[in-house]
Amino acid sequence: MTPTPALFISFKSLQENFVTLIELIGFGESFGWLATLLAGISISFLIINVMVMATAFYTWFERRMIARFQVRRGPNRNGPFGMLQPFADVLKLIMKEDTIPDEADKPVFTLAPIALLAPTLMIMIVIPFGTFVNEEAYLSNLNIGILFIVGVTSVNSIAIFMAGWGSRNKYAILGSMRGAAMLISYEIPMALGITSVLILSGSLAMTEIVRSQSVWFILVMPMGFFVFMAAATAEMSRTPFDQIEAESELGSGYNTEYSGIKFAVLFLAEFMAPIVTAAVVTTLFLGGSHGFDFLPGGIWFALKMFIVIFGLLWLRSTWPRLRIDQIMGFAWKTLFGLGLFNIFLVAVEFTLADQFGEVVRTKGPEGGITATSLTTEYMLIMAAVNWIITIAVILIMANVVGRKKYTRPEPTPSPLANMGLGEN
Amino acid sequence: MATIRTEPVTINLGPQHPSTHGVFRLRVTFDGEEIVDLEPVFGYLHRGTEKLAESRNYVQIVTLTDRMDYVASMSNNLAYVRTVEKLSDIKVPERAQYIRVISVELQRIASHLMATGFLLNDLGALATPLVYCFRERERILDLFEMLCGARITLSYMRPGGVFQDTPEEFWDSLNILISDFPNYLDELESLITTNEIVLARTIGVGLLSDAQAIDSGVTGPILRASSVKWDLRKANPYEIYDRVNFDIPIGSSGDTYDRYYVRLQEMRESIKIISQCIEQIEPGPVRTETPFFIRPPIGETYSSVEGPKGELGFYMVSDGGISPYRCKVRAPSFINLTPLRDMITGWKMGDLIIILGSIDIVLGEVDR
Repeated sequence: MTPTPALFISFKSLQENFVTLIELIGFGESFGWLATLLAGISISFLIINVMVMATAFYTWFERRMIARFQVRRGPNRNGPFGMLQPFADVLKLIMKEDTIPDEADKPVFTLAPIALLAPTLMIMIVIPFGTFVNEEAYLSNLNIGILFIVGVTSVNSIAIFMAGWGSRNKYAILGSMRGAAMLISYEIPMALGITSVLILSGSLAMTEIVRSQSVWFILVMPMGFFVFMAAATAEMSRTPFDQIEAESELGSGYNTEYSGIKFAVLFLAEFMAPIVTAAVVTTLFLGGSHGFDFLPGGIWFALKMFIVIFGLLWLRSTWPRLRIDQIMGFAWKTLFGLGLFNIFLVAVEFTLADQFGEVVRTKGPEGGITATSLTTEYMLIMAAVNWIITIAVILIMANVVGRKKYTRPEPTPSPLANMGLGEN
Repeated sequence: MATIRTEPVTINLGPQHPSTHGVFRLRVTFDGEEIVDLEPVFGYLHRGTEKLAESRNYVQIVTLTDRMDYVASMSNNLAYVRTVEKLSDIKVPERAQYIRVISVELQRIASHLMATGFLLNDLGALATPLVYCFRERERILDLFEMLCGARITLSYMRPGGVFQDTPEEFWDSLNILISDFPNYLDELESLITTNEIVLARTIGVGLLSDAQAIDSGVTGPILRASSVKWDLRKANPYEIYDRVNFDIPIGSSGDTYDRYYVRLQEMRESIKIISQCIEQIEPGPVRTETPFFIRPPIGETYSSVEGPKGELGFYMVSDGGISPYRCKVRAPSFINLTPLRDMITGWKMGDLIIILGSIDIVLGEVDR
């Protein structure tokens, strides 16, 4: 195993520093818990502030970009290019009255925004985002990193259901019922997309997944990327899967009754989701902080995230929304099948690679295998094969299954009423 | 295994709701996501236009008609002034008729752009197609501003012609618009017509059969989408519609997609009509001299035009005075809501919104 790189910042190093500090001050060994607590608080402080600022910037960016898509200007009054607009918005929301409906389930209603925001923040802990000095910097290198992400994100559906149920509003209930059904359904294709990554990396740790990508996984398994991205878009409930809010149908969906700072927190969680998703996608499929040497890893990571975010934004501003039954059908009939097919494909290719001796296994300190990776040449061959298969599958699905039912018959005038208009 | 007890939920959709196109209210009963019953409630925007008309003189009523279908006030003006002209037997100069047809067709395009844009908005497209539609509609409103100084509530027409002749620069701008517009429609179609999600959402949704459409008195693009070839411009040509060539686009099955696509094709036909009018129009007077107070002879009449939303008719009774004794409006938006319940029952929440959107109602006209 490669030695653990000197970290720019991590929970472990911070904790060690605090332990040293506490010993310096003169407290004994028994104050180890204090070091852990201080390190935890520092990390939380860092994540919350960085993520909130990033989200603020992102809302501004999204509004500006969608405005450009829609031949508008977007917010441009507060600060340079309107960049202070998010702060004005938040200020406004904080100053608004924080209303709770009379018949609401108050504890549930109050806890829901927090329950929605916390998991989104927690995901960032395990992302090896890289910094200027260190390509693989992370806050915490959990050896079950990706499992942690899958587990934590599933809290979302509970939070949304809490918000809808607690509001005691029919629109909110409808939105959150849709949300519960949809989020749970899409967790399965998302997990299938992740599984195919795990077959190749042989490890659940995010750093190992990044390390095994000598060729980015988006090139190696485009179908897995597609399945994961579609499921992730649904998980954060954005167009074309924005059933939870469905502005034109439900008014505002699960957050109908929220106002003031609670609404701001819901809003924050909702707009943080694309950033977090982009970070996860970058780690799983886009080679994390790997890049060419002329830029530091952190910059590469940000750049890749930016591209993913921009793609999501582009979809959001272009596509209409699917109906709820079509969304569920898409998850169970299309993505589920594609995900399984992709796993099958990758598994077969991995087995073949094993036969040819193209698999590199990393031994851990206790002798067990901690990660696997394929040789670059084999990955390139795999990429070529998988791209051909993916394109073929998409063409078959689009032309054979999809388009057929949309052919329209030639319009013929109804015989019931063509009053003297037959010849036209 | 014991099944979970479920019960239908009744939801008030509106009057304050983003997708009811105004202050329309629907009491919808859902069984899960599916609609089992529906009861439209209207009257939230009732301003008593018909009663007000009884206390105004015939020219003043033109301004009232603007405020009925406020996205197509030119068509309302035409329907009204034609009724007054028929009632009091006023002849309209030829140039005025051409100008009327041009402006009404422009208004039809503007109205259909709104309908298309809001339909896409109801589909959840985050306002992008809507803004593109509004960009083009804005150019038409600019043309109206040249004609009469107003953009929405135009009051351009008068019994006996139009309020004033067109300015010079109007024709240049109009020529630019009609040469650009087909390209713009192609652009819009490339965004919408072949979009997989739009197809999946609209095809087969909200079917209205031809028999059903005729039985419920539906007119306009909705009737034509149900493959009934019926257009007052052809069936009962008024103004100069018998001198221009155009087709009546019809749909094949009467679903939401057809209603969208018929509107799109009608915009192309309108462009054809306008370009023919530009070739045929000649200089001349634009308004017949009428007395300040028009006093039609005692009698009653009904006259209708093909408005953007359907047959827009006025039934007027004159007692010989300066105001009508009765002025009844046949509002297409209102009558097109008749088959709403049949169209929507059995579909889902999301379909309700787009079916309502594809009917294209304007509450100013529904409630009057």
